[in-house]
Amino acid sequence: MANRTAGLTYIEKNTPLHKMTGGAKLLMLLFMSLAAMITFDTRLLVVLVVVAISLFVVAKMPIKEMKMIFSILAFIMAVNLVVSYLFSPEEGVAIYGSRTELFHIIGRYYITREQLFYQLNVTIKYFAILPLAMVFFVTTDSSEFAASLNAIGVNYKIAYSVSLALRYIPSVLREYHDISQAQQARGIDISKNVKLSKRIIGIATIMFPLIITSIDKIDRIAGAMELRSFGKHKKRTWYKARPFKKLDYAAVAVSLLFIVAAVLLNFVNGGRFFNPFS
Amino acid sequence: MNLNVKTIVAIGIGAALFFVLGRFAVVPVFANTNLSFQYAVLAFFAVLFGPIAGVLIGLIGHILIDMSWGWGIWWSWIIVSGVVGCGFGFVVRYAKIEQNDFTIPLIIRFVIGTIIVNLIGWGLIAPGLDILIYQQPVNHVFTQGLFAFVGNAVTTAVVGTLLLFAYNKAQPKAESLYKE
Repeated sequence: MANRTAGLTYIEKNTPLHKMTGGAKLLMLLFMSLAAMITFDTRLLVVLVVVAISLFVVAKMPIKEMKMIFSILAFIMAVNLVVSYLFSPEEGVAIYGSRTELFHIIGRYYITREQLFYQLNVTIKYFAILPLAMVFFVTTDSSEFAASLNAIGVNYKIAYSVSLALRYIPSVLREYHDISQAQQARGIDISKNVKLSKRIIGIATIMFPLIITSIDKIDRIAGAMELRSFGKHKKRTWYKARPFKKLDYAAVAVSLLFIVAAVLLNFVNGGRFFNPFS
Repeated sequence: MNLNVKTIVAIGIGAALFFVLGRFAVVPVFANTNLSFQYAVLAFFAVLFGPIAGVLIGLIGHILIDMSWGWGIWWSWIIVSGVVGCGFGFVVRYAKIEQNDFTIPLIIRFVIGTIIVNLIGWGLIAPGLDILIYQQPVNHVFTQGLFAFVGNAVTTAVVGTLLLFAYNKAQPKAESLYKE
């Protein structure tokens, strides 16, 4: 069960990324994702992918995990690219405003240079946006996570909710499995062998006890926190909070530069796409 | 922001539930789209604890789910999870019906309300953001959005109603005590 939440687990190591404060890494993640979302300029996207992959290397991510992450990502993207091509084989032609046929498959499906370039761009974009968050989670201690959210300006109460969620996932997951097995022992089938409607009702019968115990849990935790006067003051301190250092400022500044570049390139290219065909 | 302690805890636990159901109770429907039960829980918590809890449970829970699959974060749909969570919170406020039964008119209001919220979220905002961020073909994202809408609307309406009804049954009512 533990390996199923692998992407969320902090792995302790001694690397520059681990030494950075959580706040700086979170800002970097947000800025770089935003830059990658704004732009469709192939050159900037390639730079972002290179940065993202080098972050993986700097963070000394285990090779096995990286392989797993990239193979899942590649699979998801292959499905998405094929479906997106089937729906709209001339999308690239519409975007770049020119048409260079390479060969004809069947019916309305042609392979054009523009379509290939467009789908290449989409692929690079996924690789630029999607894996970044992984680096953050793997290099940031989960108890520092709440402190880092608070450090970048998120209300500490909300930051605390996030850390409660991370803290309680394992116990809710355990309860889910226990209840699911108890209900299956009573003859409730939620596997592929039964009709969809039966499956939905079956899952609902697991959800009900799970939610009732969760509501009880909420009462208990809230009571304990109230006894300790949680939320009395406007601010709170964090055991795991650390001050920003030079490296943190530098990383945030660099990631801000990516956003500036993304916005500027929109003007230079006269649109979000870099057009090599014109 | 004035959040009471109970709401804060509810957000945390709600997000954990959203994560567990979204991650382990899935039935696949269409390319990269699953029939997901976490939206029933989201609606349940949003009705009980209000729209702010709804937004945050949706956002936090969905980010955690995306993270754990290992493909990273799909921002456009995460935003929609927050939006529908907020919307569910306005459909029915449990605080107002706590002492009463979850009657047929309320059930109808809940079902129609959540269907509208799901339609706006998955049918309009999700495809809109996919086009804005990823420039995907229009008919592709709307088909994907449609599947997500149907799936989520059905699970929210059916399972959400069952959960609220059962929860309400288990709570003591205003008229439950008699003076002899």
